Amino acid sequence: MADAVKERTRPPRRRRGGSSPRSLPYLLIAPAGLLMLGFIAYPMLSVIYYSLQHYNVTKPWRDGFAGLDNFREIFTDDPFFWDTLLFSAKWVFVEVSLQLVFGLALALIINQTFIGRGLARALVFSPWAVSGVLTSTIWLLIYNPSTGINRYLADAGIGEYGTSVLADTGTVFWGAVIAELWRGVPFFAILILADLQSVSKDLYEAASVDGASRVRQFWHITLPHLRDAIVLSTLLRAVWEFNNVDLLYTLTGGGPAGETTTLPLYVAQTGIHGNEFGYASALTTVAFVILLFCSILYLRLSKFGGDDK
Amino acid sequence: MTAAVIDRETAPASAPPAPPAKRRRNRPIDQPPRWQIFLPLGLYLLFTLIPFYWMLLFALREPGSDSLVPWPMTGQHFEKVWNERGFDTYFLNSMYVGIASMLMTMLVALSGGYALARFKFRLRMPFMLALLCSQFIPGALMLVPLFEIFRELQLLNSLWSVIIAETVFQLPLSMILIAGFIRNVPPSLEEAAWVDGCSRLRAFLAIVLPLLRPGLIAVGSFAFVHSWNHFLFALMFLNAQDKQTIPVGLNTLIGSDSVDLGALAAGGVVAAVPVVLVFAFIQRWLITGFSAGAVKG
Repeated sequence: MADAVKERTRPPRRRRGGSSPRSLPYLLIAPAGLLMLGFIAYPMLSVIYYSLQHYNVTKPWRDGFAGLDNFREIFTDDPFFWDTLLFSAKWVFVEVSLQLVFGLALALIINQTFIGRGLARALVFSPWAVSGVLTSTIWLLIYNPSTGINRYLADAGIGEYGTSVLADTGTVFWGAVIAELWRGVPFFAILILADLQSVSKDLYEAASVDGASRVRQFWHITLPHLRDAIVLSTLLRAVWEFNNVDLLYTLTGGGPAGETTTLPLYVAQTGIHGNEFGYASALTTVAFVILLFCSILYLRLSKFGGDDK
Repeated sequence: MTAAVIDRETAPASAPPAPPAKRRRNRPIDQPPRWQIFLPLGLYLLFTLIPFYWMLLFALREPGSDSLVPWPMTGQHFEKVWNERGFDTYFLNSMYVGIASMLMTMLVALSGGYALARFKFRLRMPFMLALLCSQFIPGALMLVPLFEIFRELQLLNSLWSVIIAETVFQLPLSMILIAGFIRNVPPSLEEAAWVDGCSRLRAFLAIVLPLLRPGLIAVGSFAFVHSWNHFLFALMFLNAQDKQTIPVGLNTLIGSDSVDLGALAAGGVVAAVPVVLVFAFIQRWLITGFSAGAVKG
């Protein structure tokens, strides 16, 4: 074998794979790098630039440098800002913690061997493929006051006719939470299940020989093993739930009475519909800083990638 | 606790670093009683499936009926959304966007992911850091500058605006995942091919790419499903009726004054079918794809 290799060294040797020019890695990341510079970095910088401007297409006479006016207005004069921020926090916290608990439980169940596991897995994970708008569509059909599920419940003597979950400020939050849970739980379940499958079976074997109960095995083997996966998927999901506009935009439109407006939804309203580009950019900047701060704090507190396993 | 149920023949002395394509069957030692599996699973299945059933019910039921079974069945709602509400065009547009951004994402992420997995170069860490940071930049909040960029590029009302935007926001995660998959392929395999005279590209195509299949399927399906579903970019960058995508089409059905529930449900089914099919096909690879190195990477 080694001889064959030696014999092959013919004079006009092609450059072999092993000795590639030093520029090769840069060439390989160039497409991705350029796309991200052009469509993520540059827009981000322009958001920061606009946030210091008065910029409203419909009021060109007011355009120009604004200094920190936009930010001052956000923190002192804008009652909506604090409401939407508070709602965003509540939304992210409730959604992510419920999704994590249900997703973990689901992953643990699906990880067992039982008859029909493949089918069950395909079915319970299927809402993952569904969009925010489609989720809204489905739950609008379910929540519809005259033909939705509550009508049939009322027929059966539960609740009353004509109630609308989404029109009532008392119930709209939980209505939206349940709709988003429906498609959010599979995300966690998929990621956690992927990681569960890499737990060494020997550990459980040893533990069960030592007489550890299943609950103890869960706390001392499964959970520590899953920690990094849980930390990472929770963070990604939290960022995503914070940023995501599709579901609330189409399900409640931020209403009733602004009850379900998240910060990004508020930005879209002021920026796109209200044409206040400068102000919307300042809101964006604030949202970004909050998000970054919370993410760093979260990674610190959860000791992500810590040495103990 | 009877430990007698262990069957030891499964996986005889597992081969050292198992190739990533190989699936492992998981078999926890201490099985819980059946009802502890089937009761919660059944309840959760109800929660998952009733909404799907509800949509199908409204899509197939005759208007005015309030039966809980879609019988007699009618296709008129589908005809209506497809022919009158423009879902034939939306469907094609969504397909273009989904497939184009999936291919672009995979190609660009494969090239970048390979560089990250196989080379040490000076910009490597800064680039990785940029990828991670970009996860916290809200795409939805960058609508205004993106809108202006696409206006400058004269791409507003062109599907390319959406394709590019979807690709860009898919890229960081896809690249991190693919780099993880490539790292799982032992470099010695490639090196052996170089010694045999293969160029780097040929070695990659012939040796590494086939081993990446589960991972690529996971990443590609993610990209497709995501761009098929995404709503805001299409809503903002495409104004012309004949350029819109399915989520936007659904939203116009939701927003119309008198909501036609049958049409809305039928539109929902049209929106759901391709992604649910993709998902049903790939869900086995999805799990292996992720466990192959994504989460650990």
